[in-house]
Amino acid sequence: MSMQNDNQRLLSYPAALQEAVDQEMERDERVFTFGLDVDDHVAIQSSTWGLLEKYGPERVFSTPLSEDSMTGFAVGAAMAGMRPIHVHIRQDFLLLCMNQLVNMAAKTHYMYGGVVKVPLVVRAIIGKSWGQGPQHSQALYSLFAHIPGLKVAAPSNASDAKGCMIAAIRDDNPVIFNEHRMLYYTEAYVPEDPFEIKPGKARVSAEGDDVTLVGISNMVVECLRARELLAEKGISAEVIDPIWLKPLDMETIITSVSKTGRLLVVDNAWTVCGMSAEILASIAETRNLSNSMQLQRMGFAPTTCPTSPTIEEKFYPSPATIASKVYSMINPVAQPWQPDPEKAKLAYQSQFKGPF
Amino acid sequence: MNRTSTISKNAENDEVTRLYRSLKRIRRIEERIEEIYHTDKIKSPVHLSIGQEAISVGICDILNADDFVVGTYRGHALYLAKGGNLESFMAELFGKVDGCARGKGGSMHMIDVSANVLGCSAVVATNIPIAMGYAWKLKQQGKGDVIACFFGDGATEEGVFYESLNFAALHKLPMLFVCENNGLAIHAPLEKRWAHFDICARVSGFGIPVHELTEMDIFKIRSTANEVVRRIRAGAGPEFMECHTYRWSQHVGPGEDFDSGYRSRKELEKWQEKDQVARLAGILDSDLRARIDSDIEREIKDCITFAENSPFPRNDDLMTHVYAE
Repeated sequence: MSMQNDNQRLLSYPAALQEAVDQEMERDERVFTFGLDVDDHVAIQSSTWGLLEKYGPERVFSTPLSEDSMTGFAVGAAMAGMRPIHVHIRQDFLLLCMNQLVNMAAKTHYMYGGVVKVPLVVRAIIGKSWGQGPQHSQALYSLFAHIPGLKVAAPSNASDAKGCMIAAIRDDNPVIFNEHRMLYYTEAYVPEDPFEIKPGKARVSAEGDDVTLVGISNMVVECLRARELLAEKGISAEVIDPIWLKPLDMETIITSVSKTGRLLVVDNAWTVCGMSAEILASIAETRNLSNSMQLQRMGFAPTTCPTSPTIEEKFYPSPATIASKVYSMINPVAQPWQPDPEKAKLAYQSQFKGPF
Repeated sequence: MNRTSTISKNAENDEVTRLYRSLKRIRRIEERIEEIYHTDKIKSPVHLSIGQEAISVGICDILNADDFVVGTYRGHALYLAKGGNLESFMAELFGKVDGCARGKGGSMHMIDVSANVLGCSAVVATNIPIAMGYAWKLKQQGKGDVIACFFGDGATEEGVFYESLNFAALHKLPMLFVCENNGLAIHAPLEKRWAHFDICARVSGFGIPVHELTEMDIFKIRSTANEVVRRIRAGAGPEFMECHTYRWSQHVGPGEDFDSGYRSRKELEKWQEKDQVARLAGILDSDLRARIDSDIEREIKDCITFAENSPFPRNDDLMTHVYAE
């Protein structure tokens, strides 16, 4: 993904999303995208930029503030054979859509005996920083991963964002597509031609021998940063990006953990009943793994996300806290280690000025 | 309307004959469901339409094969009136693999895509926006097809109903909203749920034309729907019909509940005087009626035999259709 091939360009995360949707809308006239503000000048932070002009208001349109009904509308359109992409500027608003997503989208294919399908993509942005606070910062993907019938994607870079989006649009099932707002500032080399990152295959983002770090969504980036900090202490961390949370590729994680003997799952959400719980439980259920294996996890502090930056910072795992945790896993009797704060800064902290 | 003079010949497929056949067929099917229920062969909560059939029958009579309907968990009448397959309906009730949802949906989730009957839902008002998604596609196709969306008075208390009215009106979607107002949400009467119940006034506020039908007269229901749907086909946008009606059976399950105290038999008797099955039976030529009745009985007998003979789903059917391949 960091390699530059002939047809790869450096694209931002939203530009890659825009390109994916554009290419699929051009290829398949059943695809349409809608949601609050998809057609305005901000264009969902440019991720829907230019689509209205190219495809017109029947295929690119804003809606009333009626998330429940608009989700049902999308499910109905999908059942009728169209391929809707419903966009939410913040994931927190998905809580207004739960009846349609859980009772209808997820169950329709099954409860009607397989005679109808729901090829639906729900784009939902996870907020962070600059005072996003209690109701603009939640990552709810584990709620959706819990429900049979839904698929869940959480790509951590621009290239995967494009590939996952194309795969999601072409999938005949409802896909909850998680986009972390901080990733919108990242760039990656992205193939120009359409391609799919299909559900159910994780990637080893960086190899290592001493510990396996599984990062979810934006936490892949934080884990890669922590890996650099750990290298200074002679610790070699392998970083795995699940990419798709449902279906989840446990094989890749198990293979890595079998090698390193240590697993730290870093989630961009709460740990209780979350993806980290799921991954650790799956490891615990795997019989041939050593009993001496170290299993740890990190996630949001078990509280509501505060707005003030001094305590908001403590709410999230960071490269420093991840690295520190790994150091303690490997050196349980040594004094705790804190990386140099200057080196541990998140890349986006120097770029981001807000407001959203 | 005095129909007697106009239907003396009772042609096989004239309006009265058609309506009677459909009404009587649904009534008898549900009465048979009530009779079978105690045997535990139907292990699915049944919300019977008995007493309310004329709304589905009257409206479906003017719909074309290419039009769609979507209903609720009290959806037997609509499924059958729109031409849903009877054998797969009964097999679904029996939990058999030849059921319309392969035994995975049951009474509350009847579906027949070949008859354009969308799947019914057990969560009140949930299907209203689903219908809108279909209507969006129908509008884009531009062939003048419509979708009729049926729901009860309880559904008009859900927020999604109002969200959907607004969006349907905004985009002039080809939708007929049909409120089957039986005055009860489970056992709660309107007086316990509304300070002021005037659903037509509320819907009218969205810029949607409304039609209130208080008498459960199948001919009026049919003729109103006919005019309304003609306008919807022409692209005039959604319209709303409120049809007052009465649920004869208990909310869920077979039989009556007039000894439970929340409503009186007198109420039932008032509505039974308007029974459209009896009304049309009285209009029809008796020989023709007898022939229709005997056809219906044979058809019901056959579909029950079909359902009984159909196998139950295999164990591995548990895990099929979780995801579309």
